[in-house]
Amino acid sequence: MAERAQRRRSALIAGASTVVVFGVVIVLIVSAPGWDKVQQAFFSPQDFRASFPDIARKFKLNVRMFLIAEVFILVFALLLALAKSSRSALLFPLRITATVYIDVFRGIPAILVIFILGFGMPGLQIDGLPIDPVFWGIVALVLSYSAYVAEVFRSGIDSVHESQRSAARSLGLTSAQTMRHVLLPQGVRRVIPPLLNDFIALQKETALVSVIGPIEAARQAGIYTARSFNYTSYLAAAAIFVAITIPQTRLADWLIARQRRRTGTRGNA
Amino acid sequence: MTTPKLAVEHVWKSFGDRDVLCDISLQVANHDVVCLIGSSGSGKSTLLRAINLLEPIDDGAIRLDGTNISEYGLDENQIRRRIGMVFQAFNLFPHLSVRKNVTLGPRRALGQSASEATARADDLLGRFGLTSHRDAFPDQLSGGQQQRVAIVRALAMDPELILLDEVTSALDPELVGEVLAVIRELKSSGMTMILATHEMGFAREIADKVCFLDGGRILEEGPPAQLFDQPQNERTQAFLGHVIEAQRP
Repeated sequence: MAERAQRRRSALIAGASTVVVFGVVIVLIVSAPGWDKVQQAFFSPQDFRASFPDIARKFKLNVRMFLIAEVFILVFALLLALAKSSRSALLFPLRITATVYIDVFRGIPAILVIFILGFGMPGLQIDGLPIDPVFWGIVALVLSYSAYVAEVFRSGIDSVHESQRSAARSLGLTSAQTMRHVLLPQGVRRVIPPLLNDFIALQKETALVSVIGPIEAARQAGIYTARSFNYTSYLAAAAIFVAITIPQTRLADWLIARQRRRTGTRGNA
Repeated sequence: MTTPKLAVEHVWKSFGDRDVLCDISLQVANHDVVCLIGSSGSGKSTLLRAINLLEPIDDGAIRLDGTNISEYGLDENQIRRRIGMVFQAFNLFPHLSVRKNVTLGPRRALGQSASEATARADDLLGRFGLTSHRDAFPDQLSGGQQQRVAIVRALAMDPELILLDEVTSALDPELVGEVLAVIRELKSSGMTMILATHEMGFAREIADKVCFLDGGRILEEGPPAQLFDQPQNERTQAFLGHVIEAQRP
């Protein structure tokens, strides 16, 4: 009984404090001297309606870019992680290459990689090399994000207990077979939630590709603004991004919670 | 004299500046069961891991059927396939069903076909009363069941020798019996085994030879009746005194 009363009290306090905090913020904004102008420039329903269809159409390019990028990131990042996790002396060059690659690409802002590839590669004028900026934008995102995702994979592989390796090796499995059948399946399963988080970040970063030319959703919003002197189109673009990322964020949270529940209740060596 | 199944000859191993195996020599005849006893940290587990080539040794030799298997440059995987190992914490693969746990080694290391490996696994699981659990995952089983699966996993490789590293130490007392029963059955089927164990009564019952390890050395070895009833070494006497005191119901 006491517990239920406590819970009701908590809910009441949470509700009241939410109303008060947001009420104050809204009142402050609305009573600001420039509010009328801002409201027209950023929250105009007509402009929202006028700009939305074009932005939504251009958003297809964002979707195409991140879907293609995600496939290649998974493959490339996994190869990087395997190279960096290798133990054999023979593979030392591979290990050092992967380590340097990951260090460098985690350090360079994605937008710079996009600039360098997007303007540099077509500039080489090599026959057969694509000049499509969308292509180079995707390549830049893959190069950049693979470095992050490789570290996620590697932390997953490392988190599998050493005793699993012992058990596999004691059966006479080679180290490659141990990785493939024992360490990797367990490691990857554990990092699916953080992987999803990286992909959510990537999906928003596709907007950066517009700096080398392609017109995607965010750029389309800018074009509308340039024509109409109204910024509501940015809000429309933001709404589209949020609409696809929020469900994924919730999914990632749910997966993390489920994993915590599992490892909490039934531990496994 | 016939060649012993396994011969450990003057093996040394240290972790940093701590010697964990000091001049260990041990012979295991075919079909014999050897029990290693001694307190935690006496080197029992390290010796078993060294025999399975999971732990490289610093000096000495380990011979399987007379062939030195600890030599640098041999195909370790080839040798490990001939030696089964069962661990204290079971070390089952949590992402695989019981049946897949058992078939992984035969399929990947021995190159058996899926149907061949599965038939053999089902046969072994049946023999040890695990048929109804073959599609379960390890975390759905009791500790005793998990350890029996781990023993079946080792057996499925048709090893010439099985190493058991304190296989009942992680179990609740009421689950120890079912695992010991499996080991008894292996003994009666003629399996050569080396057990590191804290179960003194069981060691006395099953062992052909008992070795007492202390500080990385084998201080005393002999048939169980001799070692348990008339220990010669002072430290063996002290150890057995403590253990028997502790294990008295």
